[in-house]
Amino acid sequence: MKSKVYQTFDQAVSDIPNDVTIMFPGFSGIGVPRNLIAALHRQGAKGLTGISNNAGTLDAKAPDVGTLIEAGQVKKMYCAFTSPTHPSRVTAFVRMYNNNEIEAETVPQGTMAERIRAAGAGIGAFYTPTSVGTELAEGKEHRVINGRTYVLEYPLHADYAFIRAWKADTFGNLQFRLTQRNFNPIMAMAAKTTIVEVENDVVPMGELDPDAIHLPGVYVHRIVRIPPAPQGIWE
Amino acid sequence: MPEHPKSEKPKLERQAMCDRLAMEFQDGWIVNLGVGMPTLCSNYVDPGKTIINHSENGVIGYGPIAPKGQEDRHLVNAGGQFVLAQPGMAIVHHADSFAFIRSGMVDVTVMGAYEVSENGDFANWRIPNRKGGGIGGAMDLAACAQRVFIAMEHTNPRDGTPRLLKRCKLPITAPGVVKMLVTDLGLFEVTAQGFLLREHAPGWTPEEIQHETEAKLIIPRDLREFRFRD
Repeated sequence: MKSKVYQTFDQAVSDIPNDVTIMFPGFSGIGVPRNLIAALHRQGAKGLTGISNNAGTLDAKAPDVGTLIEAGQVKKMYCAFTSPTHPSRVTAFVRMYNNNEIEAETVPQGTMAERIRAAGAGIGAFYTPTSVGTELAEGKEHRVINGRTYVLEYPLHADYAFIRAWKADTFGNLQFRLTQRNFNPIMAMAAKTTIVEVENDVVPMGELDPDAIHLPGVYVHRIVRIPPAPQGIWE
Repeated sequence: MPEHPKSEKPKLERQAMCDRLAMEFQDGWIVNLGVGMPTLCSNYVDPGKTIINHSENGVIGYGPIAPKGQEDRHLVNAGGQFVLAQPGMAIVHHADSFAFIRSGMVDVTVMGAYEVSENGDFANWRIPNRKGGGIGGAMDLAACAQRVFIAMEHTNPRDGTPRLLKRCKLPITAPGVVKMLVTDLGLFEVTAQGFLLREHAPGWTPEEIQHETEAKLIIPRDLREFRFRD
């Protein structure tokens, strides 16, 4: 079997074409695959569809999906925040969204997580109580089950998932640390090609306890060890 | 004559408001605190009660805000604040964290709001003249937690317009879910008949509070003054 370990982030993202869908995990800046995002920014793929909890922050030092949006590489976002948390926080996404330069779909965070999980779990669609009675449920199929009303939601698939992990072995078995886990394992399962940046040395198979693996290596295709700063991005 | 002559009176401080909601938490409750004012609820600690803090990013049972120098770069709450690990804490991924929410495991979620209506609807995610919205996990929590408590200023801080309404004007987050509401003028329960004023801010009469409110308030015989922490 071909080795999954790549030497650089640029090599790991070099073949990503235009017009693909990519999942970007992370929550409050933790568990964000910043090195892979920076490499894709250098690589320049365009027409991307992004799936991410938010659409970037104002922190210019720390690359995130907002870096790709600002560079005009993204045509559509699925996210739980499509307006700023405060009117003064005008990100590149907010500016472009208001100017109709980027498309977006606002998805409740739990519905987004379950749509991603459903994609990785072979589920065709599911009914959720979230958003019933709000404008986000308008036009969606409703169904009453045991007296409670639900709306139908469909899976979110992706061509690629960029993942940030704490530990990995050469087969791609992964461990995450604390709230770094967030969307990482479910996005890895929902994508055709999963690319991982990892914070520790990639260890030989057999060194990670099989009972303590958060994502099985069968879901992982490419792994890059994050080099020390300033080469690697550690924020 | 000014339109709201009573607004010069002192109102309740945010910490007192959140303390009052936290006093309602019961021993063993699983609590989810929204970003902003609601996080102040965690500053009220009753040694007689065990409260389990849940955060959307998959932490069940996190500890207090981390003092400077003790931050762990991998551990934040839903507001992005670094928190301390606590014995008994557990981590799940995002889909399991919302499975937890949707299945009704959260006893109470405390959120801020722009508007609350007398039938228990509330609005906190979208302003119509602004494109998009900031929904986060609020819709999942509002639809599925056992109880929704709201902490907010009684009137709009910009123009003094009422926020306790007959019907919400803004797009709602969930229908008919608010059970209790604290504002800087008092503590309110949302009943089948409408807003019940349970406790009034010191120095404020029910008539003065009604003057700041669009919906008709129910004033019970056992109305009392606002309870502060001991």
